[in-house]
Parts: sequence; structure tokens; C-alpha cells
Amino acid sequence: MIYDVAIIGGGVVGGLLARELSRYRITLCILEKEEDVAMGTSKANSAIVHAGFDAVPGTLKAKLNVKGAFLMPKITKELGVPYQNNGSMVLAFTEEDLGHIRMLYQRGLDNGVPDMKLLSPEEVWELEPNVSREIKGALLASSAGIVCPYELTIGAIGNAMDNGVELMRSFKVASIQETEEGFLLTSEDSQEVSARYVVNAAGIYSDEVAAFMGGCGVTITPRKGEYMLLDKTQGRTVSHTIFQPPSAMGKGVLVTPTVDGNLLLGPTAVDQKDKEDTSTTAEGLNSLSEAAKRSVPDLNLRAVITSFAGLRATPDNHDFTIAPSEKNGRFINAVGIESPGLSAAPAIAEYIRDLLKEAGLALEEKEDFHPIRPPYAKFRERTEEERKALIQKDPRYGRIVCRCETVTEGEIIEALTRNPKAVDMDGIKRRTRAGMGRCQAGFCTPITVELLAQELGIPTEQVTKFGKGSEMLMGKTK
Amino acid sequence: METLDLVIVGGGPAGMAAALGAYEEGIRKMLILDREPQLGGILEQCIHNGFGLHRFGEELTGPEYADRYIQKVTELQIPYRLQTMVLNIHMAEDRDKLITAVNEEDGLFTVKAKAVVLAMGCRERNRGALNTPGTRPAGIYTAGAAQKFVNIKGYMPGKKVVILGSGDIGLIMARRMTLEGAKVEAVCEIQPYSGGLTRNIVQCLEDFDIPLLLSHTITQIHGKKRVTGVTIAQVDERKNPIPGTERYIECDTVLLSVGLIPENELSLGAGVQLDGVTGGALVDETRQTSLPGVFACGNVLHVHDLVDYVSEESDLAGRNAAKYIRHQKAEATIQRKITASGGVRYVIPQTIHLPVTEDQRFYFRVGDIYNKVKITVKSGDEVLYQKGKAKVVPGEMESVAIKADVLNRAGADLEVTLVQEGK
Repeated sequence: MIYDVAIIGGGVVGGLLARELSRYRITLCILEKEEDVAMGTSKANSAIVHAGFDAVPGTLKAKLNVKGAFLMPKITKELGVPYQNNGSMVLAFTEEDLGHIRMLYQRGLDNGVPDMKLLSPEEVWELEPNVSREIKGALLASSAGIVCPYELTIGAIGNAMDNGVELMRSFKVASIQETEEGFLLTSEDSQEVSARYVVNAAGIYSDEVAAFMGGCGVTITPRKGEYMLLDKTQGRTVSHTIFQPPSAMGKGVLVTPTVDGNLLLGPTAVDQKDKEDTSTTAEGLNSLSEAAKRSVPDLNLRAVITSFAGLRATPDNHDFTIAPSEKNGRFINAVGIESPGLSAAPAIAEYIRDLLKEAGLALEEKEDFHPIRPPYAKFRERTEEERKALIQKDPRYGRIVCRCETVTEGEIIEALTRNPKAVDMDGIKRRTRAGMGRCQAGFCTPITVELLAQELGIPTEQVTKFGKGSEMLMGKTK
Repeated sequence: METLDLVIVGGGPAGMAAALGAYEEGIRKMLILDREPQLGGILEQCIHNGFGLHRFGEELTGPEYADRYIQKVTELQIPYRLQTMVLNIHMAEDRDKLITAVNEEDGLFTVKAKAVVLAMGCRERNRGALNTPGTRPAGIYTAGAAQKFVNIKGYMPGKKVVILGSGDIGLIMARRMTLEGAKVEAVCEIQPYSGGLTRNIVQCLEDFDIPLLLSHTITQIHGKKRVTGVTIAQVDERKNPIPGTERYIECDTVLLSVGLIPENELSLGAGVQLDGVTGGALVDETRQTSLPGVFACGNVLHVHDLVDYVSEESDLAGRNAAKYIRHQKAEATIQRKITASGGVRYVIPQTIHLPVTEDQRFYFRVGDIYNKVKITVKSGDEVLYQKGKAKVVPGEMESVAIKADVLNRAGADLEVTLVQEGK
């Protein structure tokens, strides 16, 4: 068979695009190189919906950020994904910074960002008593928010799959040939997929995928960002997302609550060559602590429960490059989707949809498109009555597997059976939060491993943390 | 709603001993709630011996020690519900407690009780708390999780192991993994001394020629999908890695035994005040917390090195819970604080109500190794008690017993401290 569209990359851009296109009478597949979705930049970033004052007016970034932030509340609601409109602040520590936030304010106005305000230090402290006493002012953007990036990706792809989209896992595109009807995509292990249109949403690898069709003149440099996540006891240290004045390397270190109630610090910004190296470093974590304390001096760093790093897909032209390939107009590139890529993703999806239409793809709306994806049961967030109802429906909602995050067996079964199905430990973690709490999976790992083996019908020793090669266990005892 | 005298949260050694203590004091309407599929708590996976020397005068394995209590609980028909997770504890207006829990059979339910004993135990510190740099591959486990895989589930977490931290579970697992055919390359301890019991260092490391590298830590974890190795380094007095001492060790597994944290989220939710040092509740001599009728014992109160002392403490808590239920509390009028100083990190209990009718035992831990000290209990400037000790170490809990009449004479707050011999 030949698909109308093949999307390369199961990240937030590919996911939201698939979900957008699943409204129409077309056949569609997502080709994901890993065994699960949201495995690249989409799983490890600042989880911020930026208001849109950072990008230079007139750039694609500026346009799509503001529109994406506007679309985010509705789309997250439909997809059952946590989103909070908590607002953001950019702090000014010096007179020079004050000039800078005034410039950002002006940019915001030019970009069409609503609800911004320049605050005096007193106004900042009124809203955020834990912010440094050294500040000279701040830019408040009330339209900014926080979202869970991997849940958004999983929700989008799940909803797309429920509407007929196919997800092909472990499909790492090794070559793309033009054919009479469109394209023939071949994976590293020689699987083949044919499609009339192709979208390159390959994140950090998008320059390499673009090169299959003559390139797009942009080179991606992975820029590592290290983060620290603090216990939920610290989640109320600040309520807004607190930025520092941006630099050439990005938006600086932020301190923000997460939608799950933790506190997140990060990211650092270090360019590297390796597109897979997401290791944390002593220097990175130290500089991160110091930088974060500049914004919020009394951070309780003893409450750190984990640290991690993600890679941004930093393009050398400093803007999103979203356009048909010069070589073949039915091959659409989405290259260099660095920050604010998550914020812009809903708008990028619509933008690419329009590009596909312009390139000749017929888009006829389905009558049976179902935009709603119910969230996972999330026992921890339910009322007493809802909890009782859940257990009545399925007693497995009465068995707590992850004690720190109060995740039930019922939710883990959901993660293993709903689209896109979790196939490993990290997949369960991202869908349910099992193992994401303060004990970091110390207690629930043995139980989750068993549930995975049972549900996948595989021997326990084959259960992996995140795909082949990351097996949890090494054989039986004597 | 079911109304009881006593609810005990946790059916490990602490919870069971508390239940039996309360039973002996005449309490019958009680219920033990535990999240595991069997009573016994963490002892069920501690299949090595060394338990019970103090309590039973013989050496038992963990499951054997637990079984003695399980049998009694069963014999006396003390009710318990398993695979049941307590979600919250609230104080009702009449000072009774409302305990909400969930399990598959009963669903979500709430019981009312006059008193509660908190006996939830502790959890292990993990990599996140250490901020160990490097990758995040499979093969990094806390020693306790590895112990569960090996001893309960019958699976090997790995074959070539480096252990970070020399807590007792880490030491025990070094031996256990070795016996199961794994190679334990080294145990790295960031402190200049081990936090584990001396007998464990001898029997679990020295007997198997496993190197214990003091003042060493892991500075980086390597491996994209599965651990492939670690970089270790010696640390200076401030625990910072010394440049030039780095060494790479190939391994597929890292086990962490870097401390235990009393698991008090439930207590905090109920409004119990915690001690910043122990991570457990602030208690008085009856092991009552800051909330009247809420008692705490075992590793949820402070981390013990021997289960024998857990049982002892929990028996005391259970008996006192019974007295509370029967409104039998002695007419104590004066409350004194008990503080730690001079090398002593903490003391349990943190307060005492005087006069007392029975002799009291204070439990404490020191923060470093000290030789030739006098363990001293003072009330203001007055020395109430003193005993010499050749050596005290952080890994072994110490205690002193003070006579009731001595305590009742105390005119000021109490202090447990170390005085260097000859001073």
C-alpha cells in the first residue's frame, strides 16, 4: 500500500501534525526510530509554553510561537494533557537587564503577545516572595504556561492512532527514493514504506533527514541542556515560570513549577557534536545550581530527586525552517525546531497542513474524526467518589503500585494497552508517573517489570528500560 | 464507618511489635494495614542471618525473625489487611483519627480510630539525591531493589557490579551478588569510614576479598542503554573529587546504598512535626508524636541498624498507644526537651514528660568516629549520667539507660553529649 503521508519522527511536532492530519480522509503513518514516541527533545526540555516575546518580530518562530501558545489550552484539553496557564516572568538584575526586558516587551507587542506588564521589584515580590531581593524589575507575561511535553506527544499520537494513523516503531529511515507516485522510505533494517508526501519532523536529526532530499541548507548542532527536578514539597517555591535575561545561548536558566507539582531548574546550554549524548555533568549541574539560586536564593537543593539532560535541535540560521524541499515539493521539511518549538508545535502542525495542501494533498474532513482523548485515569488526582467508581469498574485501580506518585495497577495496564502502547519501563513512567516520584522507582520497579512482562507476553529478562539493549535484568539467580 | 481503638500503619517488624504491645495492654479492636502481599515488611527479603541476637538470643534470618511475630499476630487473631495502601490520615473533631486506605477487595475505605501507630518504615536514597553525573542507562538500582529482585523474584540485576555507599544493605548485597555468581568490583564509600556494621564489613566484604574504597565516590556513570562502567575518584575532606585520582571501572550494574530516609509523607499530611535530623517524627518518651494519639516507631521514626531495637521501640509505642486509648496517661506535669550536642547527631525521644515512673532509655547516633569518649547526659550544667566508651561510630546506634528518680530530679532541659576522655 501507499500512504498519503509519512511523517518522520514521533516527537511533539510529528505527533501534533499526525493528530491534525487525522481529521482528514487520508492515510498516514509516523515513522519513529525508537521503540516509543517522545524519545528525543520532546521528552527532556523545559516544558514551557512561551508567551512569544523572545523571537525576533517577523520570523517564523515569532509567528508560530504566539499562535501555538494561543492554541495550546484547547488542544491540551482535547487530548487530556496537563496544561497550566501560570504566567512567566523575566527578571532584570541590572540596569542593562531593565533595558533588555523593555526591549522584550516591545518585541512582545510587535509579535502580538497579549497581557504583558513591566513590574517593579515590589510587584514581583508581591507575586513571588521567594524571588531574589537583588532584582530591579521583571517582565510579566500572563499568557505563558506550562505543559507536560511527553504527555502532549503521547496524547497527540494516541488520538491520531485512535483516528486511524499508524505508528511504526523502530523505523529508522536509512534512505529515501523518489518514485513515480511519491517516495519509497527504507529503514536501517530494510523495512519499506511508500508515501505520496513526506514530512521531515526528525528533530535533532532533521538536517540529516533533509539531506536525503537534497538538504535544506541548515545544519543542526545539538545543544545540551541539563536540568534538576525537585520534590513536590518544593513545587510551590514559585508559581510563575521565572526566567533570567536571555543570552546568545538561549533563554537562560529558569525556575518553574511543573504541571505535576514538582519544581524544575534548568537548562544549561552547551553545544556538542554527539546527537545521542544526554549525560549530565558535574560542571553542568553545579553551574545550574548557582544560576538558579541567582533567581531564587533559598532553593532547597537537598530536595533534588533527579537530574537529566536533553538536546535542543539548534539550527545555524536561528529560525525554524518549515518549507517544501527545493528538490521535491511533496517533501516538507520541519528543521531546526528548537525552543520555542514545544509552544509553537500546535501552530507548526497547522502550518505544515497548509503546506501539504498547497503541494497538492487533498484534505477532505472525516465525519467520524474524534478529537477527544480521555486522560489516563490518574487515581492521584481523582476525588473520593471518582476513585470508588474506578475501583468498582476495575479492582486493579485499588492496587497502588507506585507509592510515591500513587499510581495504581489499573493505570499501568492502561499505559500498556492504550494507544500508543508503552513497551518499556520508561514508557510506563512517562504515561503514568510510576517511578517518577521521590524514591525514583526503588519500590515499584520489581512490580512494574512483572506487569510489563505479563502484558507483553515476554520473559521477565527481556523487559527493558527504554528499548533493546537496555534490559533491566541479566538472567535468573542460581 | 468502622470504629476501632487502634490502627497501625505498616505490618513490618515495627507494626507487628506495636500491635502485640497494644494487645498485651488489653487492646483488641485494632487493625494493621500493610501495602505488601504479606506481613513482615522488608525482613521478607533479608534472607541473610544476624537478626534476633538481642531479642531472642539466637541468630535468625529476616523471614524467620518476621515469622515469630507473624505467628503471634495470627495466633492472637489480630486483624490485618494486606495490599492495602493508606492514603491519608486526618484528625477528626473529636480527636479521633480518620484513616483512608485503598485495596482491590474493599476499594476505598475510611476507618476511625482513637489512636494510630505510624510504622511505615523507610526508603532508600537514590541517585537523584546524590546528583551523580553521567548517563541514565538501565542497571542502576538501589541495593534494596536489587535485593528484592534476587531474593524474592529470583532474577539477577547484573553480573559485574560496583556498589556506591557502604550501608548495611549494600554490604549484604555485595556478598549476596557474589554468592550468586556476580563479580563485585568495589564498594565505594565517600566517608572515611563505613556506615555499616563492622560484622557486615568483615563477613560480606573481607571474607570475599571485595575492596572497600573509603573516601571514594562515583564521579560519572557511563553507558547509553545499559551501564558499561563508572569513573570513581578519591575525595578530599570536603567530599570533592581529587583531580588525578580518577579511575575507570568496567561494570554493568551500579548498586546504591547511600542512606535511608524515613518515609513520612503520610505523617506530614496528617500534620505530624518532623525532626530535621532524623527525618522522623518528634516524639516523647511514649513515642507519641506532636499529634495526640499518633505514635511512631521503627524506621519511620529513625533509621535503626538492628531490627531487635525496632521491636523494642515498637513494643513501647504499642503499649503507650494502649494507655492513651484507655486514658491511662500518667500525671506528668513538666515537659523537658532532650537535645543532642558535642558529636551526637540526634536523640530519641526529643522530649520527656516528668515525673516518669519507669527508667528511660535514650537512643542516639554520633556524626563521626570518636575514640575514648564519655557519653554524658546533662540537665543544664548538672551531669546526670556518664559512661565511658572506647569507640563510637556513626553506623551503630548507641543508647543510655537513665534511672527514673535521676530524671525526675532534673531541673532543666536535657542534653546528650560526648565528652573526650581526659577532659
